[in-house]
Amino acid sequence: MNRKEFIKTALSTSVMLTTTGASQIEAKGNHHPIVGFEHLPPKTITTMNTVLHKANTRGHANHGWLDTNHTFSFAHYYDPTRVQFGALRVLNDDFVDGGMGFGTHPLDNMEIISIPLSGDLEHKDSMGNVAVIKQNDVQIMSAGTGIYHSEYNKNKDKKVNFLQIWVFPKVRNIEPRYDQINFRPEDRVNKLQQIVSPSKTDDGVWINQDAWFHLGNLKKGFATDYTVNQKGNGVYAFVIEGDLTIHDQKLNKRDGFGVWDVDKLSISADSDAEVLLMEVPMN
Amino acid sequence: MDLSVNILVIGRHPQILETVLRLINTQQAWKAIGALTDNEAVEKFERDNFDLVLIGGGVEEESERSFKNEFEKINPQIKMIRHYGGGSGLLFNEIQEVLTRISVDQWKGAVKI
Repeated sequence: MNRKEFIKTALSTSVMLTTTGASQIEAKGNHHPIVGFEHLPPKTITTMNTVLHKANTRGHANHGWLDTNHTFSFAHYYDPTRVQFGALRVLNDDFVDGGMGFGTHPLDNMEIISIPLSGDLEHKDSMGNVAVIKQNDVQIMSAGTGIYHSEYNKNKDKKVNFLQIWVFPKVRNIEPRYDQINFRPEDRVNKLQQIVSPSKTDDGVWINQDAWFHLGNLKKGFATDYTVNQKGNGVYAFVIEGDLTIHDQKLNKRDGFGVWDVDKLSISADSDAEVLLMEVPMN
Repeated sequence: MDLSVNILVIGRHPQILETVLRLINTQQAWKAIGALTDNEAVEKFERDNFDLVLIGGGVEEESERSFKNEFEKINPQIKMIRHYGGGSGLLFNEIQEVLTRISVDQWKGAVKI
């Protein structure tokens, strides 16, 4: 190793050391002994226009009442290579114990989408909204100039599993807003069902961003394409259940895969599978 | 010698500002004070030395531009970032990211890479 390479290695090591938050929260399934950074398996696999985040490389934190997996850096999990995918900043896969939850806390300037996968989530906020969101519901909050809210598992006897997704707003400091829609699960069998869009008159909850989200419940062998709505946007796919191939990349349960600089994506189900597609601006 | 990272947080929502300051100040190495108005922010920036300015919710773009001009005249090295989320979830990440950048810049300067 020449001097220049040595200095580069030392530099990257210093960055890792300053990000101790990441090392405090081990990624699930990472049982490799730490013998040097070069020997660690890569947590993020990138090509010219794709990024792959395998499920077992996500940041993981178990707080007792909350077991959570962070696809991107969040709270005390910090990995400088995994901060965001364009405007998509947070993708948390949360499991909350019965009756437990997030007490009242502030939020501002973020578009927050919650998608329950199992169980019921009780929501209260400073705008006066009190609601329970269930499987097949999608909730959105534009935190804008600032709100307070709480989220609890409605049931005492079973866990709630939900996806918490944060997207950077297109316009900062808008008036806070809440919306919730129930979707028919049969409308996404072998179809991509639009659940989020930037147009108030289009299907799905409205988002303050040029972003479109779709859910699909695809049966084994089914294949389709996803056409990008806005030039320059990227698409981040999150596999909720099963196995899929997207843009020639094989994916398994809870893997994340981002693609950009494309107009269209090919999707095929290698088993019965559920997928969430999040199209977001990349700049 | 004070090795703390000194942070000025500017935000228009008093309760959110209070929460953000409380969260930052739970970290031993970080010291934050807040400002609700433009005048208060400029006054505090002129009085104390800061390493980082967090622009919180409600701060208008015009004020943000004006802070950038004013603060860079006083301290050209000052780092200014927008804070998203009102203290929830991203606060430590955002600060950590800036500190990582600062440490890499200093390291690069030290080894003249």
